[in-house]
Amino acid sequence: MKSKQLKFLIASVLILVALAYFGYQGINESMSYFQTIPQLYASGEQAYARKSIKVQGEVLKGSIRREGGATVFTIGPKDFKAPDSFVPGRETETLRIEYVGKDALPDTFRDFASATVTGKLRRDGVFEGTFIQAQCASKYEREEAAGITASNQ
Amino acid sequence: MAQLGQFALALSLIVAFYAIVASLIGIRARNDKLIASGRNAAIGNCIAVSTAIFSLAYLFLTNDFSVSYVAAHSSLDLPLHFKISSVWGGQEGSLLFWSWILTVYSALVIFQNRNKHRAMMPYVTAVLMGTSLFFTAMHLFVANPFKLGGIQMPGGPLSLFRPSDGAGLNPLLQDTLMVIHPPMLYIGMVGFAVPYAFAIAALMSRQLGDTWIRTTRRWTMVTWGVLAIGILLGGNWAYHELGWGGFWAWDPVENASLMPWLIGTAYLHSVMVQEKKGMLKIWNVVLIVAAYTMSIFGTMITRSGLIDSVHAFAKSDIGGYFMAFIVVTVAGAAYLIVDRLPYLKPESQMGSIVSRESSFLFNNLVLLVSCFAVLWGTMFPVISEWYNGNKITVGAPFFNGVNVPIAIFLLFLTGVGPLLAWRKASTNSLKRNFLVPAGIALASGVPLYFLGVNHLYAWLSIVMSIFVGITIIREFYKGAQARAYGTGERFHEAIVNLTLRNTRRYGGYVIHFGFVLLFIGWSGQAFSEKIRLPESKVGQAFQFHQYQMRVEEMGVRNGPNYAAQFASVSLYEYGKKLAIMSPEWRKYGGRDQQGTTEVAIHSTLKADVYLVFQGSTDGVSGDFTIYYNPLVMWVWIGGAVLGIGTVIALLPNRQTSGKKSVPVKAKEGEEVEHAV
Repeated sequence: MKSKQLKFLIASVLILVALAYFGYQGINESMSYFQTIPQLYASGEQAYARKSIKVQGEVLKGSIRREGGATVFTIGPKDFKAPDSFVPGRETETLRIEYVGKDALPDTFRDFASATVTGKLRRDGVFEGTFIQAQCASKYEREEAAGITASNQ
Repeated sequence: MAQLGQFALALSLIVAFYAIVASLIGIRARNDKLIASGRNAAIGNCIAVSTAIFSLAYLFLTNDFSVSYVAAHSSLDLPLHFKISSVWGGQEGSLLFWSWILTVYSALVIFQNRNKHRAMMPYVTAVLMGTSLFFTAMHLFVANPFKLGGIQMPGGPLSLFRPSDGAGLNPLLQDTLMVIHPPMLYIGMVGFAVPYAFAIAALMSRQLGDTWIRTTRRWTMVTWGVLAIGILLGGNWAYHELGWGGFWAWDPVENASLMPWLIGTAYLHSVMVQEKKGMLKIWNVVLIVAAYTMSIFGTMITRSGLIDSVHAFAKSDIGGYFMAFIVVTVAGAAYLIVDRLPYLKPESQMGSIVSRESSFLFNNLVLLVSCFAVLWGTMFPVISEWYNGNKITVGAPFFNGVNVPIAIFLLFLTGVGPLLAWRKASTNSLKRNFLVPAGIALASGVPLYFLGVNHLYAWLSIVMSIFVGITIIREFYKGAQARAYGTGERFHEAIVNLTLRNTRRYGGYVIHFGFVLLFIGWSGQAFSEKIRLPESKVGQAFQFHQYQMRVEEMGVRNGPNYAAQFASVSLYEYGKKLAIMSPEWRKYGGRDQQGTTEVAIHSTLKADVYLVFQGSTDGVSGDFTIYYNPLVMWVWIGGAVLGIGTVIALLPNRQTSGKKSVPVKAKEGEEVEHAV
């Protein structure tokens, strides 16, 4: 191999290695497990260990409340009807969320919205959310075809 | 009208198919009449698809809600210009819009070259019509915009149903920018079909010189420039409409438009090496195939719901068809490239590592890595799920981690590359060209640091911007000085004439300068700040940075199809009143009462104050979020300069020069010719 080509090769490899390293770091820093509520419960002990989880579900009607500085709500399967004396949990595939993030809640976040909450599962079974993305309720789905970002990363 | 549209699509299917067959048989049999007939069919196809899209527009304008696409995306009270933009507001319509642009491009390019490149053009027709055929089939059989609304009883027949009013367009899309942003993106993405068709035609006809590149240079430039501006308009829309204070979030849909652009940028640079040196022939074909594939793939990501995105597109089954189309496209191109390898030999050897060609090579390398990283990050949930069953997403730290260093390195190449000589740059020319700009840039880095630019990447980006900015200004200055001296023109005339005589080179510099400004604006992101002010009352005042703000009023007002809560907040800087900001929180009518924020932005060249009002429950107190976004305006200014540069680069070179018409050769003309 000629020395010129060797120089190119070395320079290119150096660039690629550096970028691969940055990418690897970035993945470690920002990776997040994307799970449905049943998947979250099924992952058992691991669920508590994971630094960042994204969990998706429908915001239950009337569940959004403010408690102190946090917004608290419950997500569950689509069209879930909460029984009387309802406690969110594994059996009903519902999950109580405490939103402690700094961002304003997105416009699209309200009853029946499909919410994706990023955060981690606490030992008390409450999911501590730091970031919320929401899509409008399903009946509005078609109108959204051209795309919406509800909040930032 | 729906029947007319439907009929036009059926006609398009037949005509496009005929155009392919006629062109291919025509070139085999050397039958000029048949080739001409294929050409005419392609133009006829454009008329058919135009008829279809105008029928759809008519259905929107006449509120024909019997068509389910119209019923789902429009309503009686929707303002006129949004009725028109609803044509491409949803999946079926936007795919038809894609088709339409494709057939218009095809007709134009086929007509433009009707008497040229005889061996190549029939193949161009066949490739373009092949793409059109695919899309028309999608309209007719998978995502039909003319489908009538109806209710299907189980086991029973479909009973047609015409609602009295439509569902309305999503409020977030009721924005003037949303009228032009999607068409701009599509005009850009679809544009890659033309150079792609020529590349395939060049392979098929074994005419692998640079004819296909020269013929499509303007198409590629337009495509690239329009896509760049389309992406920026999307960012601008997100910035002023979505209310989270930023303009780019690495969302899959944003990424989908960025990927073809990145490869297009690589292609735009590497073709110069082929034109000038006869090298990188295989590479250029590969790049344009990749750019085109990425634009199809991007359309698919946006439209198929393959990847969960906060862009809530309707999930549908178009993904599989698109994937099959992409596989056929790539496999066909790969076969042709391998089969024609003997025709793709380089005509000269690579130069030194400090040379023009090597700067192009590194430019290409990192642009491709960037595209790959964006693709990897976008597809990560799909890849990880396939690999170990866990759906894992990655976010901004990954995308920025890879792309920010790449972007800064590219900016560096932008300054250095155009001034390096082909083959090998001499040490002397390096000193002459770079000593002064590098010196000034580094010298200004010190005060910048003490002024508070203490973020490594932001500092590098600004220092590099200064360096590149100076090299570009010097190029204009030196060229104009030499010209003014030679022709007796005044300096400013010399600048204009200089530019017009080599539009490609100087237009390129203007584009590069646009990027310098864009980078400056983008660096400001490192210093963005925000605060939340929950339950703030009328009369309350806050201090934020050098600004003071006071809530003056809260109230309610009505728009044409919404009701808004608003707040008036006066903004002072160091005690001086700047503006009254009036953000709103709107509720739109329609089936669903969606609330959206209308932010108020006070923009200056220095910084934006960005105020979000989240509504009030009692009329006297409400929630606010304030963002301080330094230098954002330079992003938009950079975008405008980039657009102007693209237009300059598209102008034909003016042959005669100024007053005395004495041709003047710029001092370093040899070195820097074809800078773009």
